[in-house]
Amino acid sequence: MVAVVLIVLALVYFLVSVIFALQKITKGLDETIGAVTEIITKSEPVNAIVDDINANLDAAVDALEGLLVKKAGLPEAMGLVDGLYPGAKAEGLRNFPDSATVKSPRIGEVYTRGTLTLARLGREAPIAALSPNGPALRDARYGSATSRTLYPIERPGRSPIIGTNAPTQYEAPDADPSAV
Amino acid sequence: MTWVLSLIVLLVVLPVVVVLLNNVLKEANAITGSIDRITAAARAGSKDLDAAPLLLTTQQQVRDTVANVAAYGGSLDVIVDDA
Repeated sequence: MVAVVLIVLALVYFLVSVIFALQKITKGLDETIGAVTEIITKSEPVNAIVDDINANLDAAVDALEGLLVKKAGLPEAMGLVDGLYPGAKAEGLRNFPDSATVKSPRIGEVYTRGTLTLARLGREAPIAALSPNGPALRDARYGSATSRTLYPIERPGRSPIIGTNAPTQYEAPDADPSAV
Repeated sequence: MTWVLSLIVLLVVLPVVVVLLNNVLKEANAITGSIDRITAAARAGSKDLDAAPLLLTTQQQVRDTVANVAAYGGSLDVIVDDA
């Protein structure tokens, strides 16, 4: 009889303790569910927004890649890309499967068509905007005239060498380096 | 005979019952701690997502930027000769 009473007392003690522990668990789970519900609610529109952002950026990348290839040609476009971002040519352009393997001009050498394209796309692009520093860098007539001075008589048979060690320096000696 | 049975129950069954119930109680208390940590992590995650509405601003800015790039690209397409 005593043994049974002791067993029942032990059962009561431990079961009541377990009940309290389970109540704590239930309360904690309620709080967790509330926080998780908040996460779900807050993150619900994220996918659609990110998809839209990605779609816009994809369209921009496609358009810019297409424009670059259209204007410069695939080999020179990839030479330009690799010249600006060394190693980037290996990844290639998304819409041009041959871009990763096409033979591109050397980085230190810019071909005739590439030079003009680079010049027009760069600081001499004739979009009729003026440099905030003063000199007319994007003036239409200025840009066009400066581009033509690269080859005042006739285009050379080979590509010109550019850089600080180039035999011909196209930049005016008194040019403002901060405006480049 | 009854005394013998009572003694057996007292010495064998009671310790087993106590050990088993004690283990159940320990595990239940351990779950409580884990749930507290999960709740804290979920709250922190929810707080991190407070900045999610800024994505709407980013989305609009991306649209504007892409529109400007498209306009600029269109102008370049007209101005610059094809390869």
